Amino acid sequence: MQEALRFLSPDAEPVDRADFIEQARLARRGSQVSRGLPLTIRGLRKSFGDNEVLRGIDLHIPAGQFVAIVGRSGCGKSTLLRLIAGLETIDAGTISFGEETRPEDVRMMFQEPRLLPWARVLSNVEVGLGRGRASSDAQARAEKALGEVGLDDKRGQWPAVLSGGQKQRVALARALVSDPRVLAFDEPLGALDALTRISMQRLLERVWHDQAFTAILVTHDVSEAVALADRVLVVEHGRITHDVNVDIPRPRRRGSPDLAEVEGSILNNLLEGAEDTSDL
Amino acid sequence: MSVIESLPRVRSPRLPRADALIQWIVPLAIVLVWQTACVTGFVPARVLPAPSDVALAGWKLLLSGELARNIWVSFWRAGVGFVIGGGIGFAFGLANGLSQVSNKLTDTTLQMVRNIPHLALIPLVILWFGIDESAKLFLVALGVFFPIYLNTLHGIRTVDPQLIEMGRIYGMTDGELFRRVIFSGALPSIFVGVRFALGIMWLTLIVAETIAASSGLGYMAMQAREFMQIDVVVLSILIYALLGKLADSASRVLERLTLSWHPAFQKH
Repeated sequence: MQEALRFLSPDAEPVDRADFIEQARLARRGSQVSRGLPLTIRGLRKSFGDNEVLRGIDLHIPAGQFVAIVGRSGCGKSTLLRLIAGLETIDAGTISFGEETRPEDVRMMFQEPRLLPWARVLSNVEVGLGRGRASSDAQARAEKALGEVGLDDKRGQWPAVLSGGQKQRVALARALVSDPRVLAFDEPLGALDALTRISMQRLLERVWHDQAFTAILVTHDVSEAVALADRVLVVEHGRITHDVNVDIPRPRRRGSPDLAEVEGSILNNLLEGAEDTSDL
Repeated sequence: MSVIESLPRVRSPRLPRADALIQWIVPLAIVLVWQTACVTGFVPARVLPAPSDVALAGWKLLLSGELARNIWVSFWRAGVGFVIGGGIGFAFGLANGLSQVSNKLTDTTLQMVRNIPHLALIPLVILWFGIDESAKLFLVALGVFFPIYLNTLHGIRTVDPQLIEMGRIYGMTDGELFRRVIFSGALPSIFVGVRFALGIMWLTLIVAETIAASSGLGYMAMQAREFMQIDVVVLSILIYALLGKLADSASRVLERLTLSWHPAFQKH
């Protein structure tokens, strides 16, 4: 697996795009053409006051790839995701999706479900339609999205009566209902218990496979990153320091030695980085 | 589904009707003890008339039409004053909660005025308006303004910013954001303000009517005092208690209708 590890210097030549598309095809086992959008980031910088959070990010994500971003807290991974989702303004650099996007094309899912407590489950999902909320098929689309996350029978419930995992599934349905082409996940499973987490990971993998969007998952859990992603990026001090391809065929078996090996090498990288700056 | 729905019933087997009656046990018991104390002569009639005498006085006033007229007048004053004061308070609460400019401009002034007890203005109000209707309406409106203003403002300020961010990401327009997120989120707090305001509404009205009025429940009580009709005085006080309870129940019904999503208002 070591050959999959590759260091990325900030001024590296962008790798040929055809390579990436080929990789993505392989990852999807050539099953379908991706609906997802490719993502290209050049020289991205972001500061909050004197604190420089991102110090020059260069990154290309091919259409339909599942990318995980890992790093210790405060490394800038969430900021990177929020910039991609358009929640923060860019200080310098560019983020492009290759073509003109509608707001509905890029969706974000948070660590908290952020459901409206005063709206029933189905109307919460309808919120995700954006400008399509007023259309006549809004309800049908929301019902379909609820079905995809397996919560058809909860459509008339208040969010307050749902469990944490169910709320997060409603949030996923809300993100999916507009058929996004890029889905950004900001530690969406961070607050769930271990078993719910594993079933949510399977759900994420399934909807990603079925709907073929480009997925970007920020997580602090390296094993989650390795289990789900085609590619794991390690972010340290505002830069991408490692870019690891996870060439393990799906469906992946939890706890397999292959996954453990990749996970081990990424963790080592993270820990080395920590020793360098001795701020653990 | 059906199993889940039956769970609460398993937990609380009480009938809803019995539930509604429980709250009246204590008031009824008080009336009974009161009646007994008066009939046995333990409490002299000139200190406190028996409930039966109060009821009789009420019946007489009802027949003469005086009671209905006075209740209506008080009710009208309370309602109109509440709508005016509450409406203005709500409008200022919205404006100052949503706009920094408006907040900077008016909040300090309103906070200063708030610290004046509004009943202290009675002498001034009588000089301005005489003992006219507008004097009472002014006082009631001023009294209910602040609880509604403060709680509306507080409700809007404390709407979860994560929900507002979510609404923006999902492309809500300002109007939608207000309707679907901000107002709904502020509603529980607004209702707290309404219930405070209802209490202040009756208090203000009683004081205003006993001091300067030519009709209304407070006036009826003051007139009765002049003629030593203690049963009518007690009757007025009891009617105030009932009207207060009525206003509170009305706001509870509204709460239950609009806040059915809130775990505290779900019927389990």
